[in-house]
Amino acid sequence: MTALQGCLLISALLFAIGFAGAVTRRHAILVLIGIELMLNAANLNFIAFWRFGPHPEALTGFIFVLFSMALAGAEAAVGLALIIAIYRHKKTSNLDEVKELKG
Amino acid sequence: MSPFFIITGIVTLLGAVFAMSLRNLVHCALAMAVAFSGIAALYLQLDAQFVGFAEILVYVGAIAILIVFAILLTRSGEAPEKSVLTSGWMAGIAVSAMVFTMLGWAVLNSSAIPKETSPTPVATVKNVGDALMTKFVLPLEIIGLVLTAAMIGAVIIALKEDSKNENSGRKS
Repeated sequence: MTALQGCLLISALLFAIGFAGAVTRRHAILVLIGIELMLNAANLNFIAFWRFGPHPEALTGFIFVLFSMALAGAEAAVGLALIIAIYRHKKTSNLDEVKELKG
Repeated sequence: MSPFFIITGIVTLLGAVFAMSLRNLVHCALAMAVAFSGIAALYLQLDAQFVGFAEILVYVGAIAILIVFAILLTRSGEAPEKSVLTSGWMAGIAVSAMVFTMLGWAVLNSSAIPKETSPTPVATVKNVGDALMTKFVLPLEIIGLVLTAAMIGAVIIALKEDSKNENSGRKS
């Protein structure tokens, strides 16, 4: 197993853990944490392919990870603001009890 | 692969598992900080020093604190008495196991993965700054715009409801 495959396996496992948490936990904040873990797994893939790929001097994967982290920061801020707004409105942050938009 | 890399990976994955499985939300946020620190250590071992330190600054420094604030503001710091899992949790675990099986099979059997290792790349802060200011300057400006819009949006969403009523004639 090469180093690149090791990185990709770690990142695939991290993605699976984040996905399992995001779809099984009831609390909205934990869903957000799961999404952050999945984003980090994708970032780890970018860095691994940048490091072991054919043209690392172009810095493409590296810069992509920087932009993706900025977007993750924006996403976390908006997501937590939404959770706080829902909590203030419904007095709960359990996703099972917020079903106004459920079809 | 060095043994240190494997140990860092295991610590990261354990942090992620605990972040997703503990009952107390504050403990979950702390385990998430451990997982992000492990990912930063992985970046450092992959010769991406700038991204590693940015990861510590952004995730361990900012997002973990933000999540702890949100946990305390929504008064969900203590462990709940009821179940913490949704009703269809077994299907969720099964789907994520299938996702991992497919990804792992693809990684181990792909012919697109280069076999030879390339020389160590140089990603000094000077190189990264040059690339950001020349080739990637348009995405950088757009990211600045996105961050500003997200910040304003987050403030407006989290505003108190009664202050929205007195502004409604002006805003809508």
